[in-house]
Amino acid sequence: MKIAIPADEKNMGTNVCASFGRTPWFLIYDDETKEYTFLDNSAASESGGAGIKAAQAVVDNKADVLLTPRCGENAANVLKAANIKIFKTNSISAKENLEAFAACEFPLLDEIHGGFHGHGGN
Amino acid sequence: MEEINMNIAVLSGKGGTGKTLVSVNLAAAAKNSVYVDCDVEEPNGHLFFKPENIREEKISVKIPAVENKLCSGCRQCVDFCKFNALAYVKDKLIIFDDICHSCGGCVMLCPEKALTEKHKAIGKLQKGISGGVKVYTGILNAGEASGIPIIKNAPYVIIL
Repeated sequence: MKIAIPADEKNMGTNVCASFGRTPWFLIYDDETKEYTFLDNSAASESGGAGIKAAQAVVDNKADVLLTPRCGENAANVLKAANIKIFKTNSISAKENLEAFAACEFPLLDEIHGGFHGHGGN
Repeated sequence: MEEINMNIAVLSGKGGTGKTLVSVNLAAAAKNSVYVDCDVEEPNGHLFFKPENIREEKISVKIPAVENKLCSGCRQCVDFCKFNALAYVKDKLIIFDDICHSCGGCVMLCPEKALTEKHKAIGKLQKGISGGVKVYTGILNAGEASGIPIIKNAPYVIIL
């Protein structure tokens, strides 16, 4: 199973990024092969619709699960269409979250915020 | 007296400064005038004019609609959209109406002609008369992202 986490830095000691759509990196971790990659999130510099573009990248990289502290409505709709389950992170370190997820300690993220729409002018 | 035609815009970034006070009275003092309320989120000029013979015109924007059977999944539209209003998941195109800025680019680009434009109502323009003042009021539907299409429409409607 492939797990995606928004990450501040491009290494395994990274913290989870507070933003989903505008995170600089996504850590994509395969809990069967223990392989991981860091995906450059090109949506971070978008003037608008970053959540949708970031979610599209997570879908295209075939993630099954997303661990994130927050997620907006539009991004959640894209992830839902791809049957990606969203869980709420419960610590700052990406590694600790992966361990907690492996131990099934996670609640589903059920508080989808309205997004920060209206970027990019009108 | 010589007849003078001029357009006077009254605007301010600060609320409560007296924009409505000034503009309503300018229009009333000019007697034969046109008052256009472009404050489409909360228009209030009509409260003072109490216009009669009100006619309404719906204002809509064009947004893309997809015929999924025709879509080949090439994603040209997804890559093109500067506002990221489109996503392609599980062989299906998802369109975010609220993010779309109605540029029409995706419809032009689609090689399979799977995308067409449909109208989405975002508000209305009300026209009425109060003595010698023609009163035009732009009204944006609650929750819409942008009232600019209504404001842009207002002068064209006036010419008609």
